[in-house]
Amino acid sequence: MKTKVTLNVNGQERTAEVEPRTLLVELLRDQLGMTGTHVGCDTTQCGCCVIHVDDKAVKSCTMLAVQAQGKKVVTIEGLAAADGTLHPMQEAFRDHHGLQCGFCTPGMVMMGVDIARRLPGADEKTVREQLEGNICRCTGYQGIVEAILSVVNPGAVKEHHHA
Amino acid sequence: MRNFDYHAPASLDAAVALIGDKEDGKLIAGGMTLLPTLKQRLAAPSDLIDLAGVAELKGIKREGDEIVIGAMTCHADVAASDVVKSAIPALASLAGVIGDPAVRHRGTIGGSIANADPAADYPGAVVGLNAKIVTNKRVIAADDYFIDLFETALEQGEIITSVRFPIPERAAYQKFRHPASGYAVVGVMVAKFGADVRVGVTGAAGSAFRASDFEAALSENFSADAIKGVKMSPDGLLSDIHCTNEYRAHLVGVMARRAVAEA
Ligand SMILES: Cc1cc2nc3c(=O)[nH]c(=O)nc-3n(C[C@H](O)[C@H](O)[C@H](O)COP(=O)(O)OP(=O)(O)OC[C@H]3O[C@@H](n4cnc5c(N)ncnc54)[C@H](O)[C@@H]3O)c2cc1C
Ligand code: FES
Ligand code: FES
Repeated sequence: MKTKVTLNVNGQERTAEVEPRTLLVELLRDQLGMTGTHVGCDTTQCGCCVIHVDDKAVKSCTMLAVQAQGKKVVTIEGLAAADGTLHPMQEAFRDHHGLQCGFCTPGMVMMGVDIARRLPGADEKTVREQLEGNICRCTGYQGIVEAILSVVNPGAVKEHHHA
Repeated sequence: MRNFDYHAPASLDAAVALIGDKEDGKLIAGGMTLLPTLKQRLAAPSDLIDLAGVAELKGIKREGDEIVIGAMTCHADVAASDVVKSAIPALASLAGVIGDPAVRHRGTIGGSIANADPAADYPGAVVGLNAKIVTNKRVIAADDYFIDLFETALEQGEIITSVRFPIPERAAYQKFRHPASGYAVVGVMVAKFGADVRVGVTGAAGSAFRASDFEAALSENFSADAIKGVKMSPDGLLSDIHCTNEYRAHLVGVMARRAVAEA
């Protein structure tokens, strides 16, 4: 049996028919065609699927689409400005070599924005702790940590990764 | 995941009626444990009753000598709460080391305590701080609540509404965190209430328990030195892929001394 769910995705009101068991990430990717949000593990471990629901970072593989009824959802597609200007966190990932294959990147950037909102001025140790639920198999994290740090606490960036 | 019917009641009464009504219904709080369980088809309920819209279950307040936390309060809100930080800082810091930030934005205290994972953090605080579990039916004392692995005193369809934590003079929580999962290999909450000291241990056995030899020594002398010679017996503690029961018994002592030093 399908039910109707209405939510605001990146500023736009969207309505879809979903099964109760449809995951929020499935609604975004398969039904709304927004494939920027990735699925790495489907077991709540890797953080590739992190999006914001009502301004909080959550793992969209571990939330039902019906639980997002009436909520405000922001995905990686919603960060850049309409004219294509990157969000400062995206720009920082580019500047600091915060990605290689790019698979973890949407989740990393969304978590980075969440960290910046909750913990302005955070030090490097805090940023690393906050990335506990986001796994990257390529970069070794150095560039990611630097990128996030350059936004939340520019003075704490020790060196430019690839100046 | 098998399909189910989804219900989003707006009041506690409606949630109680729904869970009583559905033959194989299950409550869902943050879903951080339940949804992975459903994906693995370890459970296949006919109905999910979402507590997220039940306003009575939310919020944190101080009432006299207690901190009262609504069952649907997420870990991040407990960790960031000024009320909790000023009255029981050990509880705020415990909430802040559960899982990761995204898990803390969804996972709730009620869900954690209802689930009673042997390696979960909150059970250590419930036992160590002598909390009361308030349900739609009754109030359950910490010492009567945890029974065994994933087993509690809750009856079928009983809903936790809040958890009441008495405010201690001093308390601290120390956790030996599993590096991959983040759960507690062993976690110890030490709390001093006047002459009484409680030591709540999680992660070490099938469910959270009090380490009575440590409590006795600390009631005489609240210092890390006082429990240096106290040994935890490995009998009945968990042995698994992560470590042996002897190792866990040793960790109980180490975590207890660190907690006392911090309190
Ligand atoms: C990646 C990851 C890492 C984690 N790390 C840790 C960790 O380090 N430490 C830790 O302690 N936990 C950890 N957890 C578990 C997390 O804290 C969960 O949030 C918690 O165990 C369950 O809470 P929930 O609100 O998500 O409950 P749900 O998953 O929604 O529900 C769990 C169970 O409780 C029942 N239930 C829920 N609410 C109530 C209620 N009010 N009354 C009666 N029954 C109820 C449900 O029916 C279900 O059976 C982790 C989880 C994940 C995914
Ligand atoms: S896909 Fe959601 S955490 Fe890995
Ligand atoms: S850049 Fe490849 S997984 Fe992170």
